[in-house]
Amino acid sequence: MASSASTFTPSPRPALTGRARVFLLRLRSGDEVAHLITLIFASAILLITVLLAFELYRNSALSREKFGWHFLTTRTWDPVFEDFGALPFIFGTVVTSAVGLLLAVPVGVGAAIFLAELAPPRISDALAFVIELLAAVPSVIYGLLAIFTLVPLLRTVVQPFLKEHLGFIPLFQGPNYGVGLLAAGLILAIMIVPFIVSISREVLMAVPVEQREAALALGATRWESTWKVVVPYARAGILGSVFLAMARALGETMAVTMVIGNDPKISSSLFAPGYSIAAVIANEFTEATSDLYIHALIELGLVLFILTIILNGLARLLILATRRKGTAHP
Amino acid sequence: MKKLSALHLVLTLVVVGLGLTLVIGPKTRLVAAPPPPPSLINGAGATFPYPIYSKWFDEYHKLHPDIQINYQSIGSGGGIQQLKAGTVDFGASDMPLNDQLLGQFSFKVIHFPTVLGAVVPTYNIPGVNAELKFTPEALAGIYLGKITKWNDPALTGPNAGANLPGQDIVVVHRSDGSGTTFVWTDYLSKVSPDWKSSVGSNTSVRWPVGLGGKGNEGVAGLVKQTPNSIGYVELIYAIQNNQPYGRVRNSSGDFVKASLASVTAAAAGVAGQMEKDVRISITDAPGKEAYPICSFTYLLIPTRIADGAKRKVITDFLHWMLANGQTMVESLNYARLPKSVVAIERKSLGQIQ
Amino acid sequence: MNYRLVWRKSVNAVMLSLTGLCTLLTVSVLFFILGYLIWNGAGAINLDFFTKLPKPVGETGGGMANAIVGSAKLLLLAALTGVPIGFMGGVYLAEFGGKTFSFLVRYTTDLLNGVPSIVMGIFAYTMVVLPMKHFSTLAGGLALGVMMIPIAVRSTEEFLRTVPMTLREGALALGASKWKAIATVVIPAAFRGILTGIMLDLARVAGETAPLLFTAFNNRFWSPGWNQPTASLPVMIFTYAIAPYDDWHRQAWAAGLVLLGLVLLANITARVVLSRKLSSAAG
Repeated sequence: MASSASTFTPSPRPALTGRARVFLLRLRSGDEVAHLITLIFASAILLITVLLAFELYRNSALSREKFGWHFLTTRTWDPVFEDFGALPFIFGTVVTSAVGLLLAVPVGVGAAIFLAELAPPRISDALAFVIELLAAVPSVIYGLLAIFTLVPLLRTVVQPFLKEHLGFIPLFQGPNYGVGLLAAGLILAIMIVPFIVSISREVLMAVPVEQREAALALGATRWESTWKVVVPYARAGILGSVFLAMARALGETMAVTMVIGNDPKISSSLFAPGYSIAAVIANEFTEATSDLYIHALIELGLVLFILTIILNGLARLLILATRRKGTAHP
Repeated sequence: MKKLSALHLVLTLVVVGLGLTLVIGPKTRLVAAPPPPPSLINGAGATFPYPIYSKWFDEYHKLHPDIQINYQSIGSGGGIQQLKAGTVDFGASDMPLNDQLLGQFSFKVIHFPTVLGAVVPTYNIPGVNAELKFTPEALAGIYLGKITKWNDPALTGPNAGANLPGQDIVVVHRSDGSGTTFVWTDYLSKVSPDWKSSVGSNTSVRWPVGLGGKGNEGVAGLVKQTPNSIGYVELIYAIQNNQPYGRVRNSSGDFVKASLASVTAAAAGVAGQMEKDVRISITDAPGKEAYPICSFTYLLIPTRIADGAKRKVITDFLHWMLANGQTMVESLNYARLPKSVVAIERKSLGQIQ
Repeated sequence: MNYRLVWRKSVNAVMLSLTGLCTLLTVSVLFFILGYLIWNGAGAINLDFFTKLPKPVGETGGGMANAIVGSAKLLLLAALTGVPIGFMGGVYLAEFGGKTFSFLVRYTTDLLNGVPSIVMGIFAYTMVVLPMKHFSTLAGGLALGVMMIPIAVRSTEEFLRTVPMTLREGALALGASKWKAIATVVIPAAFRGILTGIMLDLARVAGETAPLLFTAFNNRFWSPGWNQPTASLPVMIFTYAIAPYDDWHRQAWAAGLVLLGLVLLANITARVVLSRKLSSAAG
């Protein structure tokens, strides 16, 4: 309808209804766009995780079909005759993690108690920081150190000592190599202690001061108040930290593969070499010469993935429980 | 005006540092004129010949600065698998691929023997410096887990003066898929029916006993650090690390030490058979001077290489390997290919399209 | 004197000193690691280490220049993939999230965080290396990037939440739209915390070896571009540590020292910056 350039009459648009109009307004103001963009990225995270789980599932199909649930209970790992079983690796993973936890939990909780209850705040912060730095040390460096310090120490001093004095227990019998389940368990313990310390320290410090004061008022010693009142109060959180540490220990690859001995056998002695799920994948993945072999290795990865999911889930629940308990106070 | 905080400073340093390394890094190649776009070839496989391969590829790079052949020693099993998956341009294996394995490939592959090497039993026994003599029965027994102490009669018999201790033998084998394992188990299968029926020979077997080391390097490393241990490694690994290695009794009854002469002797006489098929086993070879645990090692090259530039690089390198490359092998204690084998290979070069 | 009291008092003393001992033990490990690395590695750190390529097997000398550059490239790629996704995801969770979807996102982020690094390597191998028919820096960088996401999400969300509501409300009251308020007021306020979180994340991922074993693989030469295999510091440390050559051991110590030094530097800087931020926010 417009004829001259000086006047411009826009052609009529259909009238917008309420919701669409509000949407367009917000779109123009950028809010919906921002919402959309961040939503897309957040969904990307979902997508990636789902894809990961799917790929693990899909690429282990051959092995799952052939072996079924027996995969988890078979002891053989024979690439020549294509008979694969996860048991030696589950055994190695569980045993080394158990040894690691057995050593790390007392030391970790002990240190957490010291830092939360006894140390003056500034020293507690400083020392806690140093311990957190330990958590930042890469796994391969722990492995590097373990090869040249821990393994010779075990072979020349610790294991002979254990064999001599506790040799009647099957755990401490058998040839002494240095590398083996004990070495892997020890290095894992060193690696997971920082996690136990920092989380336990936090949950211990979150225990309301009234609890402590009540115990002390009743005549308890410092230790008794800590051990019998504070720690039980924070029990769930400490347990949560243990589960988290366990989940971490299960997935540790480099340090373990450098000292575990790489032998897929189940034995009753801690001195014997073993194998963990992560270690066997690291060693054999690039050379699995048949599709079934690769799928078996990926199935091992799937097993590990599921184990860590379960443990992490439990851990989060437990830590959440303590936090809620600690803050829900009149 | 915001003050410069420590964070800003560190961040700037990190960004500048990263930027500098990314920019300067690749350029510190000491080549004055801008080099032509590099030809990059990736290969992977056997650790058995790794010392000579890494030397070859290094020398070849010095001669042709625009050509980089990146070889990773991940074990023969890895070389075969990655070639099959197509993630590398060539593979390397001490174990020749049998027809069944070749059938799993979606393309045709030729075997190019490169050098001859020996697998030696290396050991670390504190206090024992003598050179030990091993019978085939002793080696099989140790690796089967039947001979468990160093002062077992099977070992003290041939080594009367050596003063072997009553310690447990720590057996070391490969944890990865290995052509060296193939050679070792191939030999054990030939000399021990027990071994053949219970374990067999392949790049990866079900070991009755022992610790696993990754690569020849890993086995040598474990033996070096573990007292009273025994492992099997390619000759050069024992020599480069100053580790003792023993003599092995050959089919003529003599205890022979691995050397250029004894390895070359093992390959004598097989050249005729290789005319038809270069894939051959020379373990427990006949001959008075022959060392019984030797092997050819092979480069696995696809016959069809689509990329013209890559094809040229690979064929040129193989030509060079058969001529100049062969002159370097003896310094690393590998034996040269027999002349007739070189001739056979030159002919097969034509098959690479 | 009451025996029971004496007993309780001595238990008290013993147990409390034991906890002190545990602390001492744990703390001393870090100093032991540092000390040992310095003792063995300092001597091997020379100009060659930073500028030369590795030498053929069995020959002494050479350096890890290509590994240092390789690690830098991998980290750059990891940051480019992990940080945007993590940051935006964190912004979503803190500012826009709906109830159920947020729960889902948080749950899967936690899941992703728990994935063992070797499994991440498998994932990158099947998704990137096999289709590309190449080991590559790209595959390695992507694997590391995905590993960075969970911590980036968590620290972004946490630090955004610490920004007081008054700041947001003030911006909105002045007429800013929601996204403008977030972009120009909230995020800058939380910026320092988020950045330090990301820096710590990078430091953690810099030391990862397992995901690189079958993605970035290894390379004895320079790795041009992004689709060729590359050397990296952690993989070199691993390769050299398990080998028998003494010269390689020396270089492994040096590389370990360099890597650990960088990681510790990042962590200490982050802590210093954060504590200053907290004190400046409180004061």
